[in-house]
Amino acid sequence: MLDDATIQRTLAAALRTGGDFAEVFVEDKRSSSAMLDDGRVEELSSGRDRGAGIRVVVGETTGFAHTADLSEEGLRAAAEAAAAAARSGGGGVREVALTRRDAPRPNGVEVLPETVAKGAKVELLRRADDAARSAGAAIRQVRARYGDSRRRILVANSEGVLAEDDQVRTLFVVSAVAVGDTGMQTGYESVGRTIGFELFDRYDVEQVARTAAERALTKLSARPAPSGTMPVVIGPGGGGVLFHEACGHGLEKDLVDKGASAFAGRLGEQVASPLVTLVDDGTMAEEWGCFAVDDEGTPAQRNVLIQDGVLTDYMWDVLRSRKAGRPVSGNGRRQSYQHLPMVRMTNTYLVAGQDDPDDIVASTERGVYVASLGGGQVNTASGDFVFGMTEAYLIEDGRITEPLREGNLIGNGPKVLRDIDAVGNDFAMGKPGTCGKDGQGVPVGDGVPTLRVRALTVGGTAA
Amino acid sequence: MRRPAGAGAAAGTRGGGSAAADAAPLEVADRVVAMAHDDEQLEAYVVRSTDTQVRVHGGEVEQLAVASSVGVGVRVVRDGRQGFASCGTVDPDAVAEAVAEARDNAAHGEPDEAAGLPEPDGVEPPALDLWHPGYAEVPLDDKVALALELERAVVGADRRITGVESCDYEDWRTEVAVCSTTGVRRSARETGGELVAWSLAGDGDDLQSGFGFSFGRSFDDLDVEAAARDAVERAVRMLGATKPPSARTTVVLDPWVTAQLLGVVAGMLAGDEVVKGRSPFAGRVGEEVASPRVTLVEDPTDPRHWGASPVDAEGRATRRVPLVTAGVLEGFVHSTWTARRMGAEPTGSAVRAGHASTPVAGCRAVSLVPGDADPARLVAGVDDGVLVHDVSGLHSGVNPVSGDLSTGAEGRRIRGGEPAEPLREFTIASTLPRLLRDVVAVGSDLTWLPAGAAGVTLVVADVTVSGA
Repeated sequence: MLDDATIQRTLAAALRTGGDFAEVFVEDKRSSSAMLDDGRVEELSSGRDRGAGIRVVVGETTGFAHTADLSEEGLRAAAEAAAAAARSGGGGVREVALTRRDAPRPNGVEVLPETVAKGAKVELLRRADDAARSAGAAIRQVRARYGDSRRRILVANSEGVLAEDDQVRTLFVVSAVAVGDTGMQTGYESVGRTIGFELFDRYDVEQVARTAAERALTKLSARPAPSGTMPVVIGPGGGGVLFHEACGHGLEKDLVDKGASAFAGRLGEQVASPLVTLVDDGTMAEEWGCFAVDDEGTPAQRNVLIQDGVLTDYMWDVLRSRKAGRPVSGNGRRQSYQHLPMVRMTNTYLVAGQDDPDDIVASTERGVYVASLGGGQVNTASGDFVFGMTEAYLIEDGRITEPLREGNLIGNGPKVLRDIDAVGNDFAMGKPGTCGKDGQGVPVGDGVPTLRVRALTVGGTAA
Repeated sequence: MRRPAGAGAAAGTRGGGSAAADAAPLEVADRVVAMAHDDEQLEAYVVRSTDTQVRVHGGEVEQLAVASSVGVGVRVVRDGRQGFASCGTVDPDAVAEAVAEARDNAAHGEPDEAAGLPEPDGVEPPALDLWHPGYAEVPLDDKVALALELERAVVGADRRITGVESCDYEDWRTEVAVCSTTGVRRSARETGGELVAWSLAGDGDDLQSGFGFSFGRSFDDLDVEAAARDAVERAVRMLGATKPPSARTTVVLDPWVTAQLLGVVAGMLAGDEVVKGRSPFAGRVGEEVASPRVTLVEDPTDPRHWGASPVDAEGRATRRVPLVTAGVLEGFVHSTWTARRMGAEPTGSAVRAGHASTPVAGCRAVSLVPGDADPARLVAGVDDGVLVHDVSGLHSGVNPVSGDLSTGAEGRRIRGGEPAEPLREFTIASTLPRLLRDVVAVGSDLTWLPAGAAGVTLVVADVTVSGA
């Protein structure tokens, strides 16, 4: 994307007035999307954003600037702006010897979406619309969205790191509205992988659409969710967001360092039920949160965060690893070249256990079975977190019975981790997600086997 | 926080990116419009922004960024088909590529009778005082000093404050232009600044956080003391909080909470959702949809609103739009397309998430008409209930189509008309249509917030609190 000599001169400009660390992050992102709504292909949309973000670190201060001008003059101006922002004092010249880092990409891409005719993308939308509408007369509205992106990045820093990545993601989302005596209900389903248009050789958009439509139809007969504290069983693949919120954010080292995490200072301690082994893994082929290198040029890694209930490690970025004198973990990510990197999750999952999923339900007298969770949010300081249930059922006498309307569940992260009393042997990855932190969104994945939390508060309205 | 992919972007920074950000947005937009072919309508939307972001921690500057960016969005309509493309630069080659892409995209859409760009409607944009040229002259050192002052004020205010998770200063100068082949040619600009602190309070194993902020159009509007006071109070008052028992009760919502719920209600009154049958309010104009105490207005022409703007995202003049008057639904907000589809008057309510998004109908400045009683009097009128200071998980627990509402919450118990012990780890649930009907009182404390809705204390009966 840039030649080595230009990168070296830009880093030199960034460090000209002193500085402990400098980095150039170059990004060229193309995206396209197509939307069908209300029975009509409304619009296709294309976007191109290209530029560089440059940071300079002096002591505890990071200066940052970005530019869409990738000429050498543009880069130098941004480097000088970043250096000035870092308010560097001394002076000096530093030569940076770059070493190209060849991290393996988790998987190849067979069909680059940019090579696919737009008509073929539109055709997927029409098929999805037909399939959703034929799922039942009560389906009144369907929205289908196709999206792809190709994000090429280059990262170089004053430690000599030089790394590139080419990330291709393809996504298909259907949401349906069903209308009945009880009003309107919605159903949602998505497929997304870090691959190209071959996504549609593996997944049938009609099936995606039918699943969305059936969810909406099922909810027409749903009753209000209960209110109060009870056992909650989460289905395979449906509930990775539980760990994302319950402890994932709290294990990000930036929040830990600022004393804003309930997990600060607890390395080596039993923080969860012995059934819990939690992993964050950026190398998982094709998953939504995978990549070859993170946005600081560190190769993706598999990191065990909790082993048999014992807290083994946090997630790290380059600056915090440097300070602690330890290896990086591959968790430095950013939304775009206009943003500074932060400690972020990749694909976060609970390792499968020994229990038979049917037994987990059968041994639950009364509670809630959540087949699919929606988004969530956490207060990392108190550890309190919420997450939405988009498909849930009542458990009565050890059997899954009636469907429930939507609502949030609330719990306390450290307590919920201890309250996990069953983990199934049926692991599955969940839906592609976008993790938001400090105003930046990055793609993430998650997965869980069937599991049970002894006590969670279900935020419905029924007694 | 996590949401499903494709379910709407997380909040982001403003604008796109470019070094060649010198040209005025109106000139750039004119140049793009000149690239239109005779047989098509073409609209250029250009945003240019210069931002300063300062984050301090432990008495030092942790991060400092100063950046300019510019982005261009191009909409092409031909034969009733619409296409869109964007680029984060004003580089002529990139802009030409975006125009060609938008044109090609239009060929793949499906025709719609209501498609088409707006034409000038003769309504003049209001003159709003949103641009303070003096802001550009404020030295960077003063901005850094203000952030450091805020951190000191928070940390030193109370021995139970254990630290500050983040303490940020941010300001921006943003200019927007919309020009089209149909004769629209408008621009708007604003300055703004914000101070935000996230504080941490601790007592033994108990760790709680809180936030405080101050915002304004000029540097002098920023009030360190007010931001620090809120940040300290919101964290400290949660120490020792416990989980309440489940019950159906009366809740008193903090203005901050009301504003967030109003944001969801405003979304349900957007033309696109109504046209497509996704709003529970569709077809109900003239009906009583809320308590008679509820009068809801969208008014971007009021400069006190954070979202105030003289023009909308299609270049129409904004206007005051009554949405609900004394509980009766009056109408919806419209973009050009939704107004045509519904045969309604345009309301100048097109909004965009940024240069890379197409315009849709949406509110940017809603507020409830305040009532007579101040918050203390409202609480005094509640014998047993819950004061809700904050909510979480609105994106995961509120469904604007079904109307189901369930959010995480924290606050205090109300006993005998007095705020009592702090509460946390509970949810409040109802449905949005029910919540609007169950409003018992609206406070007198209209509060301007950095959000698309202003806040006010709200008393709502018969809400389910789920706890222990």
